[in-house]
Amino acid sequence: MSMNRQGRESGVGDGAAAEGFETYTGNRGLQLEEPLIFEKGAPDRFGVDLPAGPKIASRLGGLDRHKPIGLYGLSEPETVRHYTRLSRQNYAIDMGLFPLGSCTMKHNPRLNEKMARLPGFGDIHPLQPVDTVQGALALIHLVGEWLCKLTGMPGVAISPKAGAHGELCGMLAIRAAHDARGESRKLVLVPESAHGTNPATAAFCGYEVVGIPANERGRVDLEALKAKLGPDVAAVMITNPNTCGLFEPDMIEISEAVHAAGAFVYCDGANFNAIVGRVRPGDLGVDAMHINLHKTFSTPHGGGGPGSGPVVFSEALMPFAPLPFVRKTGEHFELVEEEQAHASTDHNESFGRMVAFHGQMGMFVRAAAYMLSHGADGLRQVAEDAVLNANYLLASLKDVMSAPFGDTGPCMHEALFSDDFLGGTGITTLDIAKALIDEGYHPMTMYFPLVVHGAMLVEPTETESKSTLDQFINSLRGLALLAKSGDDRRFKGAPFLAPRRRLDETAAARKPVLSWREPAQRQAAE
Amino acid sequence: MRYLPLTAADRRDMLATIGASSIDDLFSDVPAAARLAGPIAGLSNHMSEMEVERLLTGLSRQNLPASEMPFFVGCGAYKHHVPASVDHLIQRGEFLTSYTPYQPEIAQGTLQVLFEFQTQVARLTGMDVANASMYDGSTATTEAIFMARRITRRTKAIVSAGLHPHYVSAAKTLTRFTEDELVCGEPKLTAGAPGDDLDWILSQLDEQTSCVVVQNPNLFGHVADLTDLAAACHAKGALLVVAFTEVVSLGAIRSPGEMGADIVVGEGQSIGNGLNFGGPYLGLFATRDKYVRQMPGRLCGETVDAEGRRGFVLTLSTREQHIRREKATSNICTNSGLCALAFTIHMTLLGEEGLRRLAALNHARAVQTAERLAQVPGIEVLNGAFFNEFTIRLSKQARPVVRELAERKLLAGVSLGRLYPGVPELENGLVLAATETVSDDDIEALARGFAEVLA
Repeated sequence: MSMNRQGRESGVGDGAAAEGFETYTGNRGLQLEEPLIFEKGAPDRFGVDLPAGPKIASRLGGLDRHKPIGLYGLSEPETVRHYTRLSRQNYAIDMGLFPLGSCTMKHNPRLNEKMARLPGFGDIHPLQPVDTVQGALALIHLVGEWLCKLTGMPGVAISPKAGAHGELCGMLAIRAAHDARGESRKLVLVPESAHGTNPATAAFCGYEVVGIPANERGRVDLEALKAKLGPDVAAVMITNPNTCGLFEPDMIEISEAVHAAGAFVYCDGANFNAIVGRVRPGDLGVDAMHINLHKTFSTPHGGGGPGSGPVVFSEALMPFAPLPFVRKTGEHFELVEEEQAHASTDHNESFGRMVAFHGQMGMFVRAAAYMLSHGADGLRQVAEDAVLNANYLLASLKDVMSAPFGDTGPCMHEALFSDDFLGGTGITTLDIAKALIDEGYHPMTMYFPLVVHGAMLVEPTETESKSTLDQFINSLRGLALLAKSGDDRRFKGAPFLAPRRRLDETAAARKPVLSWREPAQRQAAE
Repeated sequence: MRYLPLTAADRRDMLATIGASSIDDLFSDVPAAARLAGPIAGLSNHMSEMEVERLLTGLSRQNLPASEMPFFVGCGAYKHHVPASVDHLIQRGEFLTSYTPYQPEIAQGTLQVLFEFQTQVARLTGMDVANASMYDGSTATTEAIFMARRITRRTKAIVSAGLHPHYVSAAKTLTRFTEDELVCGEPKLTAGAPGDDLDWILSQLDEQTSCVVVQNPNLFGHVADLTDLAAACHAKGALLVVAFTEVVSLGAIRSPGEMGADIVVGEGQSIGNGLNFGGPYLGLFATRDKYVRQMPGRLCGETVDAEGRRGFVLTLSTREQHIRREKATSNICTNSGLCALAFTIHMTLLGEEGLRRLAALNHARAVQTAERLAQVPGIEVLNGAFFNEFTIRLSKQARPVVRELAERKLLAGVSLGRLYPGVPELENGLVLAATETVSDDDIEALARGFAEVLA
């Protein structure tokens, strides 16, 4: 029993009446069902009025599109309602804790959105004369300068569009640097705990991937790594803090050994949030590192992008960095593209262009607003609070869950649990995750990293309050104890309270339906 | 700091729970040599919202926005009017601040949008299936070359001179260390069909060819019928990849699918998304049903939940890096989810009829612009067939002309000298785009500006 604000007694009710009937609409109060636009719209319905154009004779060369395209439209009120109703079927950071390990789901400040929409940033064309976009180039330069100072690295490539694209940028520079020395090294060492993008990227650059095992403390095994170094190794791709949420204490020795073997250190910067303002990767011997602006610098994840993955480089790799980039000469900003690079002596070894234009300007503006808001002092506090929050979770949960590295010292920005505590219950990591959905949370990252069984990786971030964490801890402790008691009713078949019950992913993959077809077409296909 | 909820008392209590005496204890794994004692020097400290706004607004004012002057710049990014409701809806926190839909039970909003998006893109391009988006048009084009290699097990890709030179550069960079071999055409300002090199492509096409990549409309705005090229490709066992930079064109000209394309890729920025100085943009990628398992990127598919209700999930993920690691079809993880949402909402507002009207208006404005410029001494309009973009040859080098016109607050287009530095025969070329945002007055101002600068 709880009290509402008027002081009258309120309660949740027994719910029996509500469970007893089905509604005519399929809706359940505020939980609204919504068909596809193809089921509610029509080809001749629209929500955009256009002015009449001039009368002209067509110059399409007789290639006019005559056949129906098959698009369905809605009026503006219907469109607004359709997408508003769909939005309500999503969980989001704006609604609550989103402790998805390795993804850094922190608050997205709305100032950043406002700044990115200033006409001087949002409404300029990438191929306008550079004299008409000096402020935009100044902004890119500003972001680059902050990234360099925060990482202790001398140079930055701005154009990569996401983390994996940044990895590619870094590895292409490494490959180009070896080629320039006339060396053809074949191997890249990647710890077993790495993100899947790391080996995929190395393979893309023509390298063979060799795994490095973790030691019993969840860190890279320094001796095993040294044993694998040799004249055929081009680079080590390492994540620090690593995907177990632990700092690599041997990082400086690792870098020294890698450099001594003539190879480069690529650092996956996905977990930079844990150390921003407290540790500079340049001081650890890193040669290249991408920075996910959509993680550490809080550009919104948007349901799966857009991201942005600028890469910082050491002196050794700078000459090979991709085009274009921004150069400041006096008070003037220059956009160095193919032409200027060929003409200069310091950048004519660039490995080339990775994308059509200059990277994710919209994300640079948001990141700039975020950096300036926090400042050097605030960013340091970001890392401290992110690490504090994760350790608080770890300390508050490790007696009821199993923390495989919980006794090896503090974690960084995320706490890793395994499914050992579920042993013999028949309840799995997936079940725990789905039960958390019923508690009103987005689950943690499941089954990653691969180095522990049934991994649950929890990253609270610094933008969560202590009371939010306490409620989450309380909920997760309750679930863990319930699971261990052998009572699986809350777990098997969860979630029970989400817009959908568990979805059949096997059926989706066996017979893929990837676009809507008119019912007649669909029947004919079956 | 306004974004950090912990108070000093919270921090103290939490450290006590952890059993640490200070925050420094939590960073004890960091080697002593790499520990920073205080905030990093040379960077400002935290600022109020008001101060940040003042600083960034100041920078933004040093740029000339497209809507403040007659604007004819295209070549891969286009100025279109985006309805206000699009930007409102994509800023709903449930869309803006959600993650990739890995937990489908609480991400049906994003997933249903992706399913609608995939359907719209498949229909626009005349293909069977589309993925849930890529970074941009250039990276989508390169991924198409890789996909063609996987399907045909051949490595030679013929790249038309009409493909955007930045797309060509990106493809060259990304194939540098793969087994792909790019054979690239050289652009010519042929009167009537600038950038068209169908004959050269046919001369290169052979049994080793994995794919032919053409852009339609091409960089120079030329529109071509690709039906015969598709047949020639298929006769040699090669695939036809058709790229586009202006997705609105698909509302007016015959779809690549209708012309026989096997993979269609392009830039979707024009619908729902602003210019943003080059990004974030929206890569579109579509193909035929039979090739779906070789497709890169995320895919959303329909299924049912435990109670038999329709729902959507990410599917066929065994192609992807988080499962396949070094054997994945692509290293791509993040895509352009929010840009795809903006596209889908705008396309829903347009519907079939609205898109056709929008495309017709774009074409009408471009024809009007071309016909007016053709009257200016010193300008030769090179295109026969075009959509909303065309190429002119000036009586002098185009780059300084563009700069001079910019000083008069006229953004006249993209000089080919900027896109193809060091190619003398292209130096007088200029590509202009005219969209629905162009007015009669803009066209008149442009024509007069040219007349003065070329005089």
